[in-house]
Amino acid sequence: MQHLGFSHTKLKIGSFDFTCCEGCQLQLANHESSLPAFLELLDIRNFREISSERHDDYDIALVEGSITRQDEVERLETIRKNAKVLVAYGSCACFGGVNSLKNNFPLDQAVREVYGDKSVDTLPVRKISDVVKVDYSIPGCPVSKEEVERIIVSIATGSIISLPKYPVCVECKQRLNTCLFDLGEICLGPITRAGCDAVCTSGKTPCLGCRGPADDINFPSFKQLVSDLKLSRDELDEKLGFYNCFEEFRHDKS
Amino acid sequence: MTKVNCSIDVHHLTRVEGHGDIRISIKEGKLIDATWAVVETPRFFEVMVKGMSAQRVPFLTSRICGICSISHALASIRSLERAMEITPPDAAKKIRQLAMHGETLQSHALHLFFLAIPDFVNTPSVLPLIKSHPEIVQAGLRLKEAGNAISALTTGRLTHPVSLVVGGVSKAPEKQELLALKHQLEGVLPDLEKTDAFCKTLTIPDFTRETEFVSLYNGTTYPFIGGDLLSTDGIRQDENKYLTMTNEYLEEYTTSKLTRLSRESFAAGALARFNNNYAFLHPRAKETAETFGLSPVNHNPFMNNIAQLVECHHIVHDAISMIEKLLDDPLDQLKTQWTPKAGAATGAVEAPRGILYHHMEVDESGKVVKGDCIIPTTQNNANIHLDLSALARQALEEGKTDKEIQLLCEMVVRSYDPCISCSVH
Repeated sequence: MQHLGFSHTKLKIGSFDFTCCEGCQLQLANHESSLPAFLELLDIRNFREISSERHDDYDIALVEGSITRQDEVERLETIRKNAKVLVAYGSCACFGGVNSLKNNFPLDQAVREVYGDKSVDTLPVRKISDVVKVDYSIPGCPVSKEEVERIIVSIATGSIISLPKYPVCVECKQRLNTCLFDLGEICLGPITRAGCDAVCTSGKTPCLGCRGPADDINFPSFKQLVSDLKLSRDELDEKLGFYNCFEEFRHDKS
Repeated sequence: MTKVNCSIDVHHLTRVEGHGDIRISIKEGKLIDATWAVVETPRFFEVMVKGMSAQRVPFLTSRICGICSISHALASIRSLERAMEITPPDAAKKIRQLAMHGETLQSHALHLFFLAIPDFVNTPSVLPLIKSHPEIVQAGLRLKEAGNAISALTTGRLTHPVSLVVGGVSKAPEKQELLALKHQLEGVLPDLEKTDAFCKTLTIPDFTRETEFVSLYNGTTYPFIGGDLLSTDGIRQDENKYLTMTNEYLEEYTTSKLTRLSRESFAAGALARFNNNYAFLHPRAKETAETFGLSPVNHNPFMNNIAQLVECHHIVHDAISMIEKLLDDPLDQLKTQWTPKAGAATGAVEAPRGILYHHMEVDESGKVVKGDCIIPTTQNNANIHLDLSALARQALEEGKTDKEIQLLCEMVVRSYDPCISCSVH
């Protein structure tokens, strides 16, 4: 590919899925109008969901999903060895995601409830960084394709890779939405990292915090807001627990 | 002729959603064993929903699947609304129907162009086709984009809907956006023609194994949300009787459950919908079916690909007329206010890959006490498993090599467009 007359080497990339819905990987096939140009940046070496070609010489591994079985640990360790850069891709990879709700129940009870007497291998849900070193994280349920494109282009061009430090509230205000707190809802927008363009709140649905905490959030003040508006602490906790990324705050009962 | 001796072991089959293995053993030209084994890690969604507030549940269950998240959200919403006797406003019902069309169109386009077609033209993926067949790839991308555009406008996002809620929808599309969407859909009609012409050049394997097909049926329209449960073997049941249509059971070799009805296995999906509801297809969709020699009841699993294409025609035409109706609707009643109430009910929808059931029981505070989800691919797994043996046997009789047998077996699994993570949930 040529840019301003210069050519650059395509990024050798692999995309791998663990316990999840595979919705984040599928975002790579979205944004159809820019898809052929985006693919020009990449040399896809391993992406089981769309290609039967499988090679192990990838530089960047996008790793989607959480870890819930021993064979996944071994597969992940091999990917870590092969890749120069490992990216935790999506909220399940970054935080454990909704899968972590399983950890609220005893494992044997969960297995019995779904499978009866059949023995089924399953471990408590772990995020990728609990098992191997993670170089970058792209959160979101699902990830935002715009953000993924931006980060991949940054890697390809050697630019600084960063996520917004400010909360979803900022993006929501930019979209001139009515604040959902004013409509009597608990919204995690004030404490959640931006980068989603406030997609949920723009659909009049409260933020459930899929991108994890923003930098330097003021949780005591947020909690005070919920209590001043006489909104339910139980509901707040249910929302904080949804993606397993506000655990330190959920258990803060002060 | 030398007799084939081989063992085919496809670990983590490519170009399908999720993780499944094909294992086939052939000795001296005789098939010893053929297995379709799902090895996906289970996530335990039925446990996770326990204790959760009804209004949050669709946001959780949509995460069962990254391709058919709208179907999962709507199956949960329908079961919860029926359980708590909530009637959503008509405008919300129309927006939801349109959302289903968006999801099915993007899913079918993804499957046909990215996952299925490469086998028929001998490439490992769609990527080489971008250069060799740019016109058809562009047509596929525009169809997929149009499906995604419907989903984005009706639910707020392509994957994991934001505005589908218990009681209705939280936000309506703007009229201008609806008009632009209508134009976009009219713009992809020629792409459907191109796809028809291209698919006509492909050789669909000649293979038939008689089976039973199960889908929704409402007697007036091609069904996507709710209705009776109908099988081609003549069984018809009320939506709440979903357990009598599925009869789930477990086998050691697979982490997905399996189902059966009148026979050893049955099939769900585009071909099942087509076989049960041919009469309600748009005339243009019927025309395409006819040119491919597809008529009900068809028992060739490879024809599920063509049934998906037929449905794409139906969906684009039907979505255009739905949008015309929405343009005349004031769209001011979007959500019914509701208070929690104890109850239990089933919500059945036709996900892209077939009939999907969520059954939820809620207590008087609106918390879920029991959840059950039965997934289309769960229902297809036994049928896929049995197809593999029949197909491998037929291929051996036709003198095919081990490579050819493996390809055919991979292709038949892909024809079902399995959504394996979904099936294990």
